Amino acid sequence: MSTMVDLRAVTKRFGSFTAVNDVSLEIAEGEFLTLLGPSGCGKTTLLRLIAGFDTPTEGSVWIGGEDVTHLPPYRRPVNQVFQSYALFPHLTVAENVGFGLRMQHIDKTEAAARVTEALALVSLTGLDARKPHQLSGGQRQRVALARALVCRPKVLLLDEPLSALDAKLRRSMQLELKRLQRQLGITFVFVTHDQEEALTMSDRIAIVNGGRIEQLGTAHEIYHRPATRFAADFVGQANLLEAQLLLQDSECVRVAVTGGLELTLPLAAWPAGATVALIAMRPEKVHVSKSRSSTAFAPGAANIFQARIEEEIFQGATDHLILVTAAGTRLGVVVANESALGDIFHAGDLVYCGLHTDDLVVVKAE
Amino acid sequence: MPAPLTAAPRRRFPSGIRLVDYTLTGWTALVMGFLYLPIIVLVAYSFNRSRLNIVLESFTFAWYQRVWENGPLLRAAQNSLLIATVSTVLSVLLGTGGAWLLHRYRYRGARSLQTLVAVPMVMPEILMGISLLILFATAGMGLGFTAVIIGHVTFSFPFVLVAVQARLKGLDPAMEEAALDLGATPLQAFMLVIVPCLRPAIVAGALMAFTLSWDELIVTFFTTNAASATLPIRVFGMAKVGLNPMLNALSAIFIVATAAFVLFSNYLKKLSR
Repeated sequence: MSTMVDLRAVTKRFGSFTAVNDVSLEIAEGEFLTLLGPSGCGKTTLLRLIAGFDTPTEGSVWIGGEDVTHLPPYRRPVNQVFQSYALFPHLTVAENVGFGLRMQHIDKTEAAARVTEALALVSLTGLDARKPHQLSGGQRQRVALARALVCRPKVLLLDEPLSALDAKLRRSMQLELKRLQRQLGITFVFVTHDQEEALTMSDRIAIVNGGRIEQLGTAHEIYHRPATRFAADFVGQANLLEAQLLLQDSECVRVAVTGGLELTLPLAAWPAGATVALIAMRPEKVHVSKSRSSTAFAPGAANIFQARIEEEIFQGATDHLILVTAAGTRLGVVVANESALGDIFHAGDLVYCGLHTDDLVVVKAE
Repeated sequence: MPAPLTAAPRRRFPSGIRLVDYTLTGWTALVMGFLYLPIIVLVAYSFNRSRLNIVLESFTFAWYQRVWENGPLLRAAQNSLLIATVSTVLSVLLGTGGAWLLHRYRYRGARSLQTLVAVPMVMPEILMGISLLILFATAGMGLGFTAVIIGHVTFSFPFVLVAVQARLKGLDPAMEEAALDLGATPLQAFMLVIVPCLRPAIVAGALMAFTLSWDELIVTFFTTNAASATLPIRVFGMAKVGLNPMLNALSAIFIVATAAFVLFSNYLKKLSR
């Protein structure tokens, strides 16, 4: 698949503040890429550099094989869905959606047909004559989407478009956006600070922090193999443990983590020559059982240890446990509430924990 | 209708002390009387046959007819209308454009420019009049319509600018970006998206500019000539000679016209919502 958007060593400074710091990023044609990061991390600036609202201080921006670094937004083959939607309040829904076509001097009958088609695409048929203030938040969002899609952009930019919607509507829009993207085959660049949103929709996620891309990968890669402390902490939950090397053989290393718990990792996972490292452990990767002989401890669960439940937080589908191991290491663990008849955990219980060596990931401390 | 229903909404904040209630009611009546009594008296005397504004005699339309037959007065009204219209149009163009430039772009001296623009609003008109007179004399420019219009625009466009600026502050910055993103050039974005969003402020500013120009006396006095004399200039001239009931009639017409103007603009505001 060919590259649609290509950022080459892009830096953007505002006065003395560096919003984007030497970022290179290739986005493939038809890809759904999410820029994920906390507010102020530079993800919106990256989007604005692609849209053309800002020009990079250094580096260049390419879209569809063309250098667009110095092209104004109205000459770029991209369209954006704004966080505030930015619908034109004096125009009707149909006029809003048709605005881009009007600017391109597209023949009126064709434009009308494309507007109708775009409104049908976002299930807004019949609302053509409404004004934006007569619509609900969700409907406005769809108008903004139709207004951008009707221009048939090569790249659709979405700046936190779902953040103003309530949780239920947001989830259904996530699935709908994903469906639209597959159906139209347009490259989507989606900006969000919501990790769940990013995991649900994206082909690839770029974790942005401090003006840099910390990690770029599929949702699976980002979740299971976080590269940095920030990536592990920002996407999902993670136990971050400082580990000290104890012994090492040809296959494994034995380490002691904060609090004293000893764990085994594959040698390949351990940074060569290091004596200390930071380990990330996903809370649901720890298997918890009341008996040692439980089937939960499949072969390969080389790390087995005892712990006491300090706190139990019932969360419906899952149970959130805070464990303290015999050695004194505190761990957050999530277990499925499979059955009210099975293992039921309470604060104070003594439990056995099993953990695959492969589920321990060494991450960069910074 | 049962009594409690009509009585209840009238006394929303009963003070509990009858004397205070009466005093406040009386005070309100006094203020309203102070505001409107002169106008009522004036309108009443405009239908009074006597030449003196002291005794009420019999009813007549004669003064209105005299106004209608007074050539110079009608020409002055025409001049006023022309000057007010032209200076309003120019003020709207300058004020709206200026507000956009001050709001949208960052450049050296923007803040001092902002202050300088606001100064004509508070500067004594007599100073404005004299300085404009000196300017026109130095520039070798004759007095008359052009001079009066320039004078009026000078003090009325800041009112448009300030009104538009206030509106711009509340406008979503993404509005312009959305237009640019959809293929509009900066000029198209301004004309097709920003200006329509600013319409209420532009209309309010225009009404202000028109009213300011329509009843302006001092600046006009310094910049006008005989041919371009406005209504306020003519009325002032007449009043110096002696109060004439014709002026009452003229004023009554003004009041009705102004009231109609205000009602019309309110109606426009309702329509735009």
